[in-house]
Amino acid sequence: MTNVLEVKGITKHFPGVLANDHVDFDLKKGEIHALLGENGAGKTTLMNILYGLYKPDSGEIFKNGEPVVLNSPKDAIAIGIGMVHQHFMLIPVFTVTENIMLGDESIKNGVLDRRGVSAKVLELSQKYGLEIDPEVHVEDIPVGVQQRVEIVKTLYRRAEILILDEPTAVLTPQEVDDLFRIMRELTSQGVSIIFITHKLKEVLAIADRITVMRAGQVVGTVTPNETDEPHLAAMMVGREVILNVEKEPAKPTEEILTVNDLHVLDQRGLEAVRGVSFSVRAGEILGIAGVQGNGQPELVESLTGLRQSMSGHVTLMGNDVTNRPPRPIIEIGMSHIPEDRQRHGLVLSYPIADNLVLCTYYLPPFGVKFVIQNKAIDEYARKLITDFDIRTPSPYMPTSNLSGGNQQKVIVARELSRSVRLLIANQPTRGLDVGSIEYIHKQIVSMRDKGVAVLLISAELDEIMSLADRIAVMYQGKIVDVLDADKTTKSELGLKMAGAGVSVTP
Amino acid sequence: MEFKRFAFIALIIIVLIGVVVVVGKSEVAPSVIIVSMIATTISVATPLTLGALTGVFCERAGVVNIGIEGMMLASAFFGWFAAIYMNTILEMGALPSLIVGVIAAVVTGGLLGLLHAVLSVTFKVDQIIGGTVINLMAVGISGFLNRQLFFEKQSIFGGQVPHAPGVLPRIHIPFLADIPVVGTIFDQQPITIAAILLVFITHYVLFYTRWGLRTRSVGEHPLAADTVGINVYWMRYMNVIIGGLIAGLAGAYFTLESVPSFEPLMTNGRGFIALAAMIFGNWSPFGSWAAALVFGAAQALQINLQFFRELIPPQWAFLQSSAVVGMVPYVLTMLIMTGIIGKTRAPAADGTPYEK
Repeated sequence: MTNVLEVKGITKHFPGVLANDHVDFDLKKGEIHALLGENGAGKTTLMNILYGLYKPDSGEIFKNGEPVVLNSPKDAIAIGIGMVHQHFMLIPVFTVTENIMLGDESIKNGVLDRRGVSAKVLELSQKYGLEIDPEVHVEDIPVGVQQRVEIVKTLYRRAEILILDEPTAVLTPQEVDDLFRIMRELTSQGVSIIFITHKLKEVLAIADRITVMRAGQVVGTVTPNETDEPHLAAMMVGREVILNVEKEPAKPTEEILTVNDLHVLDQRGLEAVRGVSFSVRAGEILGIAGVQGNGQPELVESLTGLRQSMSGHVTLMGNDVTNRPPRPIIEIGMSHIPEDRQRHGLVLSYPIADNLVLCTYYLPPFGVKFVIQNKAIDEYARKLITDFDIRTPSPYMPTSNLSGGNQQKVIVARELSRSVRLLIANQPTRGLDVGSIEYIHKQIVSMRDKGVAVLLISAELDEIMSLADRIAVMYQGKIVDVLDADKTTKSELGLKMAGAGVSVTP
Repeated sequence: MEFKRFAFIALIIIVLIGVVVVVGKSEVAPSVIIVSMIATTISVATPLTLGALTGVFCERAGVVNIGIEGMMLASAFFGWFAAIYMNTILEMGALPSLIVGVIAAVVTGGLLGLLHAVLSVTFKVDQIIGGTVINLMAVGISGFLNRQLFFEKQSIFGGQVPHAPGVLPRIHIPFLADIPVVGTIFDQQPITIAAILLVFITHYVLFYTRWGLRTRSVGEHPLAADTVGINVYWMRYMNVIIGGLIAGLAGAYFTLESVPSFEPLMTNGRGFIALAAMIFGNWSPFGSWAAALVFGAAQALQINLQFFRELIPPQWAFLQSSAVVGMVPYVLTMLIMTGIIGKTRAPAADGTPYEK
């Protein structure tokens, strides 16, 4: 097989960082070549070089054996490279057709040929099994479909090489399966794919070859049948990683959080949580499993005081906290790791130190008589940065400068270092690499062992299965079953999450 | 939603015209009053329509332009100066002088657009501050040069304001302007007609051409536009300059079409009202035009009520005061900007400099 794409000795410096250090990489026709590495390993830098967004300091790129120079995305598109960015490059108010033709518009009679392009989009979507409706606005379609639009966008530009940057980070498990099906369909028709990820299971499931990067360098290239998860994890992180959470059986004691017949409306005024009752006891982890969009965010927002419920009761350590604002709930003893760390977890423009005291700044020792005690905050921040291994040169860096994993560690540090009795962790490891996941899982288990009640919401079945002691399955706004984690199987959970054997009255 | 917006606009215009009809009906036939009000409304809405289109081009490309007022004022002055210079020093004759004046005004607007683009796109100056600089500069330069050129003995005009070449003549649109009674509405001056044509052209350009699609893309999500090979800076530059050219035409309206004179500060906040019209019109050409017509109608009310001063009934005595009636456009601006009817939606990247 020939190499459709090959890079040799790519080196790229950023101020203070060597992002790519003599990287060699090649891609064969019709293969899925996974590029695996932790956040900050240099995967995205390499891909941005291949897409013409960055210029390498040194090194060469070959397309079908011919050397090429890529000065801008235009050059990359011209030689058949298409990229699907981790954050989609779609314009929400444009239709699918408009997004696809943007930059490569087809004109008929002096006017944008919307009809022609839309027919072509349909043709492409049928050819590769990518179901999309060309006429709808992008803001009205789910993330999984937006990703298909991105893929069609590259195919419309006749891409033969597809770069998928962390494509599964934003997808539900069903959407991931769908994406894999599409990827296989694409490669069977001659498209070559570079699949960037840090998820071990996914590369083993889909990749033909796996190249692992660490700290800007290529560690090695392997095939899925000569490796396994622990081996890959060790290559990525540079040490042995414990992938399975090690924990003792739970010793639950008194009830900390009790939810009784809770009803909550969503943004559109529809009932998203429809009569939920459960309780979490001290010293146990209750996992809530469910496909996205079954009322989990509304439930969490209601418990944390961010959304008013319609009816029902929430009791925290004997206090009625139904529809109370967040501060009193926090003061009674709740910690919350929110689903969207950038929107709800952090003030991104604030320094790390300020984010670390975001819910305690007004209390001594940080706030004394209206005055912020910078010295106390400084000491506290430095301690947490060390304890939680937040990688930053200074506590006064804007939090937006940190990588996703380190941002999450800031939240975890803030939420876990207060003395609380309840931890609500919503997708605590979304988008993080194995090293960080291992770390956060350990922290959550140690909170449980200290007698904290933990409510864990996660879309990752593996995470729920390995962390939770009991699992509540949420389907269409109701809890359809509560299972013991060690007495259930993934397939049983999957079926319940899909609503099997449940009759839900509207 | 959009229907509600246009219905609300129509309602305000009808009410404003109705006030004049009720006051004047004992002396002039209602049909004549209505036609006259509509004709005046269309004419006085011209700088607002053009100003709003300036805003549409700039902001659809992601650059907030609050310098429309200053662009208009400076263009009004330089257009007027060019016309007078051609007429009195070069003795080109009235109409050619006026045409040169319009060109000078448009060029002035374009240059100020270029300045705004340099400040906000290249140097990433806060766009509100950039626009304010243009507004302040226009007031200073037009006021200073006005005094130096026309009121100083050593100036080229010898210390006297020379004879102006008059205003642009009306264009008699065949057939339409010949219709009895209603025909008056179509008997308009060239910049007014150009403004209406520009509304249609802008709509076509924005929504049916490659240029428009790319313009809107850099105003919504410049990074996405960049990744498909669109030059964000170039698109923003060109659209802000196009906006400036249109603001220049609006400036020409003041001194070459409306009245044959220049006064310091004569744009009188119209650039800001135009901005309000653009927002109320939800950044769309037709919406902006409709909103501009509302403000035009409020001004037409002021103009037409003067003819019926004595007829105003005593319980409506406040309408006799031109100061009170003159406030109507500004009060309307405030009311409309409170968002009485529905939310508008700005381009997502409006006002945000693009950093590579």
